[in-house]
Amino acid sequence: MNALTRIFRRLEGPQTLGRGPFFWVGFLVVLVGACAYPLLSDGYTVGNTVYFFTWIFMALGLCLIWGYGGSLSFGQTAFFGIAGYGYGILTINFGAAYGFTFVALVLAMALAALFAALLGYFLFFGRISGVFLGIVTLSVTLVLERFMAQTAGPEWRIGSARLNGFNGMSNMPPLTIPWPGGDIVLFPDVQLYYVVLGLLVVVYLALRILVNSPFGNVLVAIRENPERAEMLGYDIRKYQLGTFVIGAALAGLSGVLYTSWGQYITPSSMGMTAAALPIVWVAVGGRSDLTTTLIGTLTVLAVFQALTIYGSQYALVVMGAMLVLTVLLAPSGLILALARLIARPFAKRQPGDA
Amino acid sequence: MPLLETRALNKRFGGLHVTNNVDLVLKTGEVHCLIGPNGAGKSTLFRLILGEHLPSSGSILFGGEDITALKPFQRIRRGMSVKFQVPGIFKALSVRQNLEIAMQHHYEPATLGDEIGRLLDFLNLSVDAERLAGNLSHGQKQWLEIGMAISLKPRLLLLDEPTAGMSPEETHATGEMVKRLNAEGMTVLAVEHDMAFVRQVADQVTVLHLGGVFAQGSIDDIVADERVAAIYLGQSTAHATAHEQPGGVHA
Repeated sequence: MNALTRIFRRLEGPQTLGRGPFFWVGFLVVLVGACAYPLLSDGYTVGNTVYFFTWIFMALGLCLIWGYGGSLSFGQTAFFGIAGYGYGILTINFGAAYGFTFVALVLAMALAALFAALLGYFLFFGRISGVFLGIVTLSVTLVLERFMAQTAGPEWRIGSARLNGFNGMSNMPPLTIPWPGGDIVLFPDVQLYYVVLGLLVVVYLALRILVNSPFGNVLVAIRENPERAEMLGYDIRKYQLGTFVIGAALAGLSGVLYTSWGQYITPSSMGMTAAALPIVWVAVGGRSDLTTTLIGTLTVLAVFQALTIYGSQYALVVMGAMLVLTVLLAPSGLILALARLIARPFAKRQPGDA
Repeated sequence: MPLLETRALNKRFGGLHVTNNVDLVLKTGEVHCLIGPNGAGKSTLFRLILGEHLPSSGSILFGGEDITALKPFQRIRRGMSVKFQVPGIFKALSVRQNLEIAMQHHYEPATLGDEIGRLLDFLNLSVDAERLAGNLSHGQKQWLEIGMAISLKPRLLLLDEPTAGMSPEETHATGEMVKRLNAEGMTVLAVEHDMAFVRQVADQVTVLHLGGVFAQGSIDDIVADERVAAIYLGQSTAHATAHEQPGGVHA
């Protein structure tokens, strides 16, 4: 019991909205609702919902790097793509037996993290920050897109995996759980839903613990005033690099889940449009908080899909308009502004904090 | 042994010779004030000591160790701490969190809360602990940053115009605080314009002029030195107004 309260205390802190029994009861209600959802729906719709979920990891990673750490990375999709292709290459070559798909998932994430560590080392130890960080990371992801797009020829193969240029790589096996009496293949259906939901809960809670830890304290200190943070004795470059790598690994997780979900990955998943979308999700939701990022990402994705179905090519225009409106009306994020509005009657007034 | 020593320290920005052969010795336990007209090179010297600039030539020793090539955070870890002229605080965070960020690696987690409470009392900020630091009054912000600086338990406290923008009462209270910290064993180096403050706290005064050490001694020696008065007066006649030096050396 004592250990449980200690864990609970670590989940709350000044860096996250939502605390106390009220919030956690609400959290449980939502979680139970999410668990019950497949019972009230059909497999096809549930499979589509998983598609939304796969993106949230990348959004949470960006929230950590940008919202908490203050460094705008425009290159999350580079790590997404690297991990996606990495998963494809590994599983096409080595198959899905003996739970290897999950080994491939971890290896692909590690590959994305390693790439981020190399890139981040030069960025942060070279003291590149602000808009230049955005430019360099965007360039990297566009270069990767261009590179992958010209790999159509048969000479571009790794083992038996053809890279396939602009057409993208396909036919890699989905995530597969080894099981006595027949492996469970996680096609976009109810089983995959539960696996991804489980991952989501774990990642969300782990990130809550991280941002409310001393590490998270330093992270927001760097966002607020990097010079002061350094003058308190912190090597801010290491903190920035660490955050960048964690965020990249999460983008990689999204990439693997996406690739496994559709058994398909293309270079355009790293293109200009793809690279801009995570920024829209996180900004619209409220980048300075994990929960608002999560809710915001789901909301924007749902709106985006509804628009794509009914308004086709206008979806992207609406997306842009949404970003502009957010920046003008609620710079800290629409969901965050909404959360503040709801919380206002419950909040104790602080003297002087209007 | 001196706590801090600069040896033939030079800094050039292009053709501009901002720090000119500065030999500065700071004895352990003293309060040392750096004064001088605007443009005398005080801030640059300060930044050289902190490691924000690297010197063109010369060396800096801290506690006998050559720290010339060390990065700022490494110098802080060796026992320096700084309070900037413009309050360097984390505005969007609460006062308590500001102190927590400063103190979290210097105290055991079990005692951290109590230590923060004690420091809040010392800074007269207990009532404001949960307010956002950006909403504090100017004087309170200055105090908060001083609090963050001293919470590192430094051997050397560097203060860049600690009383800038403070009322005379706040200035005096800050002076008393500096004396109290000094009595507890903290060595202090302050860049300061306010001569009342310098008189209140300084054991030793160094006058910088045109990047070099112009005069050195007790505050009485400095005030009695006619050459020092001349460089300040030269500055004030050259600029017609002397508002950059409130009080001037004769205060």
